[in-house]
Amino acid sequence: MDLLKMFGKEPPSKDIAKERLKLILIHDRANVSPQFLELVKGDIIKIISDYAEIDEKGLEIKFTKSGEKGCEVPALVANIPIKKMKEISKY
Amino acid sequence: MGISIVVTSGKGGVGKTTTTANISTGLAMLGKKVVAIDADTGLRNLDLHLGLENRIVYNLVDVVEGVCRLKQALIKDKRYENLYLLPTAQTRDKTAVKPEQMEKLVNELKEEFDYIVIDCPAGIEHGFENAVAGADMAVVVTTPEVSAVRDADRIIGKLEAKGLDNHQLIINRIKYEMTKKGEMLNIDDMTDILAIKLLGIVPEDEKIVISTNRGEPVITDEGAKAGQAYKNIVRRITGEEVPFIDFEDENTGFFSALKKFFFKK
Ligand SMILES: Nc1ncnc2c1ncn2[C@@H]1O[C@H](COP(=O)(O)OP(=O)(O)OP(=O)(O)O)[C@@H](O)[C@H]1O
Ligand SMILES: [Mg+2]
Repeated sequence: MDLLKMFGKEPPSKDIAKERLKLILIHDRANVSPQFLELVKGDIIKIISDYAEIDEKGLEIKFTKSGEKGCEVPALVANIPIKKMKEISKY
Repeated sequence: MGISIVVTSGKGGVGKTTTTANISTGLAMLGKKVVAIDADTGLRNLDLHLGLENRIVYNLVDVVEGVCRLKQALIKDKRYENLYLLPTAQTRDKTAVKPEQMEKLVNELKEEFDYIVIDCPAGIEHGFENAVAGADMAVVVTTPEVSAVRDADRIIGKLEAKGLDNHQLIINRIKYEMTKKGEMLNIDDMTDILAIKLLGIVPEDEKIVISTNRGEPVITDEGAKAGQAYKNIVRRITGEEVPFIDFEDENTGFFSALKKFFFKK
């Protein structure tokens, strides 16, 4: 249980500010436009489709951060719902 | 050959002009030959900060357009004879000067002055392009607020894209009472987020308002905390290693060390 929360204390506002800034700067620095994400999405669909049947409408891709607290790195996170795997010929 | 320094921020109102006035005055106090350039055409203010508004005849735009010679537009400071101001036009807009013209002018001034300090307008458009055109070094000013830090990051990106790799950060208007309570971004938070070299920390100080009223940069006020902060910044610019005083902990700071020394037990 979070001790601070138990005593009804919110986290200091500067920590909230720092977290918000980190995330927004990842976006600003990468300069990712919605168009860019759409392009990536299209290409992912193209490639994955060779191996699996995917739910194109459910495909989600976003720009965010990942990694340990304090040394986060920008990350492209994609969620690709698969309807059915395709038979892949063995090489 | 002199060194040109542009003072920039992205966000408006964070203290660029105040910083320019104090850095240029401070460098002059150390005996350097300095010229401060107002690159905020249309919204000039540097003349007011230096208390020289009544002496302006020609300006930057006149020089660029060939109306007068560069020497004629330079205004000598009241207090320091090795400090000059190159004001800009108040009734023109930023497109009146081109980056190439600015670069040429700054290079010309570098032949004669030790330091050229350029006050950049807010924003990332034409005025910014002009102000950074001839700069060897950039000082990025920010305040401990999310919007100012975000805009500073944008400016740092722009400077890096231009190859202006010598850029350093001034954090202005720190309120130690608030950082202590965790209600304001502190120095570590900001250097961590922006990942650039720290040039200085300037506390929130009412004396800045008073000195701006008078047209006398706060660095000339011996008793002002902000003035002390600018003095350290200036020394760092000249290459001296000056430790960062941790104002945050009043018990380890310079002033309290002094107090302890005099009022032992
Ligand atoms: N450390 C400080 N303590 C108190 N007041 C300050 C401090 N720094 C700046 N100010 C005040 O903030 C105001 C804006 O400062 P200044 O004009 O230097 O900002 P600027 O970045 O040049 O603005 P602009 O973007 O409009 O050119 C001024 O009124 C100034 O007195
Ligand atoms: Mg200004």
